[in-house]
Amino acid sequence: MSAPLVDISSVSHRFGQHTVLKDVSLRIEPGSYTILLGPSGSGKTTLLSILGGFVTPSEGKVFIRGEDCTSVPPAKRPTTTVFQDYALFPHMSVGGNVGFGLRMQGVDGTTRAAKAREALALVGLAAAFDKKPHQLSGGQRQRVALARALVIEPAVLLLDEPLGALDLKLRRQMQDELKAIQKRVGTAFIHVTHDQEEAMALADHCVVMNDGRIEDEGPPERVYARPATCFSATFMGESTILAGTVTQAKERTNTVATPVGPVSLPGALPVGSAVVLAIRPEHLVFGETGGSVKLGTVEVSDVVFQGSFKRVLAVSVEDPSLHFIARLPATATVRPGDMVAVSCDTDQIILLTH
Amino acid sequence: MRRIVRIASWLYAIAVYGFIFLPVVVLVLFSLQATSFPIPPFTGPSLRWYDAVLSDVRLTSALVNSLLVASISSLAAVTLGFLSAWGFARFVLPGSGLLRGLITLPLTVSYLIIGMGLLVLFNWAGVPKSLLAAGIGHVVINLPLCFAIIYSQMGDHQINIERAARDLGAPEWKVLLLITVPVMAPAIFAGFFLSMTFSWDEFVISFLLTRFDTTLPVEIWNLLRSGLNPKTNAVGSLVFAVSIVLVVFFELTLLRRKPA
Amino acid sequence: MSTSANNGHARALPWALVTPALGWTLLFFVLPFIAMGFSSLTAHEGGGFTASNYSQFFTNPSYWQAMVNSLEVTAIVTVISVLLAYPFAWILAEQVPERWQRLALMLAVLPFWTSYVVRSYSWLLVLAQNGVINRALTGSGLISEPLQLANTRFATVTGFVHFFVMLLTLTIFANLKQLSPSYRKAAADLGAGPVRTFLDVVLPLTLPGIMVGAFLTFVLCIGDYITPQILGGNNELLMPQLVMMQIGRRGDFPLASALSIILMAVVTIAYLACARWLKIERA
Repeated sequence: MSAPLVDISSVSHRFGQHTVLKDVSLRIEPGSYTILLGPSGSGKTTLLSILGGFVTPSEGKVFIRGEDCTSVPPAKRPTTTVFQDYALFPHMSVGGNVGFGLRMQGVDGTTRAAKAREALALVGLAAAFDKKPHQLSGGQRQRVALARALVIEPAVLLLDEPLGALDLKLRRQMQDELKAIQKRVGTAFIHVTHDQEEAMALADHCVVMNDGRIEDEGPPERVYARPATCFSATFMGESTILAGTVTQAKERTNTVATPVGPVSLPGALPVGSAVVLAIRPEHLVFGETGGSVKLGTVEVSDVVFQGSFKRVLAVSVEDPSLHFIARLPATATVRPGDMVAVSCDTDQIILLTH
Repeated sequence: MRRIVRIASWLYAIAVYGFIFLPVVVLVLFSLQATSFPIPPFTGPSLRWYDAVLSDVRLTSALVNSLLVASISSLAAVTLGFLSAWGFARFVLPGSGLLRGLITLPLTVSYLIIGMGLLVLFNWAGVPKSLLAAGIGHVVINLPLCFAIIYSQMGDHQINIERAARDLGAPEWKVLLLITVPVMAPAIFAGFFLSMTFSWDEFVISFLLTRFDTTLPVEIWNLLRSGLNPKTNAVGSLVFAVSIVLVVFFELTLLRRKPA
Repeated sequence: MSTSANNGHARALPWALVTPALGWTLLFFVLPFIAMGFSSLTAHEGGGFTASNYSQFFTNPSYWQAMVNSLEVTAIVTVISVLLAYPFAWILAEQVPERWQRLALMLAVLPFWTSYVVRSYSWLLVLAQNGVINRALTGSGLISEPLQLANTRFATVTGFVHFFVMLLTLTIFANLKQLSPSYRKAAADLGAGPVRTFLDVVLPLTLPGIMVGAFLTFVLCIGDYITPQILGGNNELLMPQLVMMQIGRRGDFPLASALSIILMAVVTIAYLACARWLKIERA
């Protein structure tokens, strides 16, 4: 197996008294699109700043292409950052902005202009070469920032909430373009966001962060289908969470006592383990003819029509502190106040130990 | 009701404009008459006193002195102000708030007292009265102004722009020359322009700290000893004209350059 | 996020940037103050430590009177200037069509950019015994003898008000423009008439800005030597005139220093008294 492109090894960081990263280790493969996903304050932006060289970690080491880069300044490491506010130089033309990195390397004017035009063409802005940044829209500025960072051919491109300032529609559109550009140039992208849809759409490798730690990492399909922790199950997509205790364990099957009755599912945990069962909204079935696992009766509290489906919130009759989140077809006829039986299939239940 | 407010507003505005312009109009008007007293009745246009001003060596050399002191002291003030603003905005320094307070402190003290302090100090240290001494005083009053203007314009966005340049491989001096100075140019220019204006117009410090070679406001002050004098009107009108040209220039170049 | 320094040279750089400005301020602002403090405690004749420069101020009624005059003139000027400038700024901001506002404001403060000395002299032309006003009044037969306008407190106040009306118009105008129009719309929407809206919404919201402008007026006015010297003459001395007189006629640096320090102390006390209102603006 080849060495990873980036190897973050046991990194911790403190700002004064406040610890923002706690013993984080992460490897990033060449050519991958990695997303650091987490709520604000989870440490994802600090981790990106450590990768970019803007912050030196209190403990731990960062290797890029096998070299120790822990305290190498930003200019001297093979990373480039795309800033959240783009940080375009307002007094330079778009071409001047994109060519800046090459100019710093001492590349001559003609080559510089040619490469800058090439990079602008890559992001679909070939015509904007002579414009000033303030003449561009938000989405266009975003692309210029991308071209400016890519033109010096970094080994790793770091993106700090690159789509955060764009409106929703433009965001989804830029998202697709980002992915396409990344595949074309083959540079490893590391992208910070708090938007789980963005994460699922873009990532080859998704890293879910919370409270300075990595909660879960892997391909987004795996993280969604089989989240490793309760946080991951609720932050990357929604889940209904049932807390319980293992009461029986035999033949690789566990029986878990929950507020809505016993649930049997595959597992090999010892009796007495405290567990959490997570169920994705699309896996809950409302009505008598449902899945094999009965989850009691609920009273529907809210139905939100979302176009292609209905998002239903309901409260368990057995335990009023238990909330169900379900996704039903747009044609479903539930209304607030309805009392309905809920169920799901055994293999759709995610068994979590914390 | 609305009509009454409108009419009252118009009358009030005209009255205030009248009050504001009355002395200036009188000044310019009576600079244009040939009699030896700038008083009514107005006896017709003449440029006699402008001739007298321009052939008065004391006034013209004072004018050159004023321009020299203003431009050199403003350059010094804006340089010191810019460098310190950059340092405070970009780095976390111990006691930063206190030190920034110290730099802006002279803004709250009147020119008379700043001039007095320097006079006592220079007198004690044996520094002779000179244009240089006045220039030093002008830097003291303009440095905090330049610092405050430039520091207030250095936000997080500005810091990110510099980070981006450094990330793309620019060494510190290129960041300064290619990014920071051009991006901050409006604030730097505003600081320089305001310093120029204040220094150009400053009287008390120059009065206390210069002796033979002096600045224009002090020379005009000396003219005032002779009471009402059309020559004073003429030189005052000239100074006014120069200021107007500067202000209009400033307005057209700097304030209009804001992005659409 | 803090800009943490990564490399060795980054530790020395920030100090290299701020030291020249700090050094300048210490050398040519703080040190002169200390020198002035020492000077104020020395005897004019023969040197030696003495507090008599300060005690003179409290015992000599003419010195004391100069401070009273200064405070009176400054108070009158501040009040009149605010009362004149506020409606004017309001008219510029509310009644003048948007596209003319810039020009109207620029015109309103144009004489602000003329030389300060020349501006005071111009008022002398207007107010003199045979000046414009007296000629107009006698010419129209309203009065038979010219009025004594120059070399009076009235002249000093007029000259000051002229300057500070322009300054305050600028600050109050900026204040009124910063006020979001939604406040006024919301007040109107909730049923307040124009007068109520002004009294209950616009005025309270612009008050902190007025306080800052008034304080600025106070500080600049009480420390100014030019206007009272040219327009007020020597009939009634203000503090800055008294200070300059010690240097000019008698070369008495110690007394001038002591008077300067007393003047500064008064401004500081005024600042502390106003600090409560001035802070509102910063919050």
